[in-house]
Amino acid sequence: MTTTAPGARSANSPISTPVKREITTKPRFSDKVFRGVATAGGLSSLVILGLILIFLGYQGFQVLRSEGFGFITGSNWQVMQDNAGNTDLAASTFGIAAMLIGTLLCAAMAVVIAVPISVLCALYLTFYAPQLLKKIMVAVIDLMAAFPSILFGMWGFFILMPHVEYWGRLIHKYFSWIPLFKMEIPVFTRSPFVAGVVLAIMIIPIITSVSREIFSQTPLDRVQAAYALGATRWSMIRAVVIPYGRSGVVGGAMLGLGRAMGETVAVYTVLNLVYQINWHVLIGAGGNVASMILLKFGEAGPTETRALMAAGLVLFLLTLLVNSIANTIVSRTGGKGR
Amino acid sequence: MINPNEDGNDEMETKTTPSSLSDVANATKARKQPGSGALGVGLEARGIHAWFGDKLVLRDISLDFWSGTVTALIGPSGCGKSTFIRTLNRMHEFIPGAAMAGEVLLNGQDIYEQGTDVTKIRLKVGMVFQKPNPFPSMTIADNVLAGLKLAQLKTENKDDLLEECLERAGLWNEVKDRLNAYGGSLSGGQQQRLCIARSLAVRPEVLLMDEPCSALDPGSTLKIEETIQHLSSSMTIIIVTHNMQQAARVSDYTGFFLSDGGPGELVEVGPTSEIFSRPKDTRTENYVTGRFG
Repeated sequence: MTTTAPGARSANSPISTPVKREITTKPRFSDKVFRGVATAGGLSSLVILGLILIFLGYQGFQVLRSEGFGFITGSNWQVMQDNAGNTDLAASTFGIAAMLIGTLLCAAMAVVIAVPISVLCALYLTFYAPQLLKKIMVAVIDLMAAFPSILFGMWGFFILMPHVEYWGRLIHKYFSWIPLFKMEIPVFTRSPFVAGVVLAIMIIPIITSVSREIFSQTPLDRVQAAYALGATRWSMIRAVVIPYGRSGVVGGAMLGLGRAMGETVAVYTVLNLVYQINWHVLIGAGGNVASMILLKFGEAGPTETRALMAAGLVLFLLTLLVNSIANTIVSRTGGKGR
Repeated sequence: MINPNEDGNDEMETKTTPSSLSDVANATKARKQPGSGALGVGLEARGIHAWFGDKLVLRDISLDFWSGTVTALIGPSGCGKSTFIRTLNRMHEFIPGAAMAGEVLLNGQDIYEQGTDVTKIRLKVGMVFQKPNPFPSMTIADNVLAGLKLAQLKTENKDDLLEECLERAGLWNEVKDRLNAYGGSLSGGQQQRLCIARSLAVRPEVLLMDEPCSALDPGSTLKIEETIQHLSSSMTIIIVTHNMQQAARVSDYTGFFLSDGGPGELVEVGPTSEIFSRPKDTRTENYVTGRFG
């Protein structure tokens, strides 16, 4: 009788490739139920988004077909009526180029202003602020994120606007060599610059919250490693916290950008909507798709409403595009710091 | 005693096959004695107490660490060994509510003196942590030189320093062809040696190691121990370990810490061979012979 040691294969047993067994896990009933609920929740957001897209596409289709590319390249918005008082689609022109560019311009300016402030604020709260002050500030900032946007608009209108001429002149005096800050008509109020500042203040809480969250998750062992190498707090932040939090900050900035692009009332309050492409941010003439929809919606006839729906569709797609570009950037650069 | 059927792939077992820890401790290397071969007192702890909040966790620890020697600190978990070495380079104070009393003298200067530049202290007293923690956003080369950047030091020739540090940490041959790979691409043991190389780049006088091998496999542990042996000739090394074999293999002196539920205390310190063969305190004897802990 031969014996083999436990666990040892006897030397002369043939080695053949065994048939792969099917590995299955049968979920329990409760698991199935929960999976169903979670799936329904997940899908419903997608379905709602899809329905909105379909609705906007359906409503705007007629106008988009009649205008073609002119809808996003032209900047004329004229409703013509025939003798019977009906809107004549063929004679009317709808173009939102000025509004689209205005939207991007204001939102980009808001992000450029808000990101440095938010990052510094988040760093201060995470690494420098005393506990009590930190608690108070976090509460205030979170409150700011939930603030009604009309209040920001009113603040911009009553407080910021009277002072912006001074700022505008200052920037114009020293930076007019940058085409963006060129000033041909001296109208400073209700400019994209004002709208950008108001939007910046609106998105600072979002970007600060997201950044603070990610900074506070910096792995402690890396922080300690930096300190143990004689790092000052600043050099530790630069070497460890920023690389770790970079992708989170970009994500926060994208959330902010999304909000800035879709913002309606606050921009409507402080911006002069002009149907002309204007790159000069200091001049009181700009555009914003959402605000334009708000401006026109009340008095629009059926055809113009369809045109506004089409404008909404374009804004929707633009936001989607910007967000997916941002996501790509985050996933390309994000991995290294982790 | 050794099972003949075992195929002997446990490297360390076959290398030393110790019958007792004291044999290991005696056989490891010629002992350095204070004054003979040692370079003088590198670091002195004087009456160290430490608190977390109101809780006293260390009572009255006084220890001298001689330059050019390795001191191992052993003891059961929770006896304050790690807390103690963290007081030696002022890492203790990062824990909220942490406090200490006593003095730590580096070359005769108290590192807790008012107005001391803490970052300079940490450059002179480097630290290697339990878990390998290279900076994942940096390449291998940048990791080694990270200390220079963090502490804003200048160096003449970065390439030479890079090679020297990796060489001393016993990693050069394994990474010389991929210095621009990210630190996270290395194995755990390699990462830990990268962290050692990183601490060496700022030329510390003292190196604190907090259970540097506890997360590593035996092969990597052996490599790190060799590295410690190499380094010990030129600097003061203090290593916290749970592995008594390791303490016996690498250290010249051993300190035994114990807590009886209250604050941790230093029970006994002496040349490693004596601690493992003729301990003066019965508690030490019980611990090193494995009767508790």
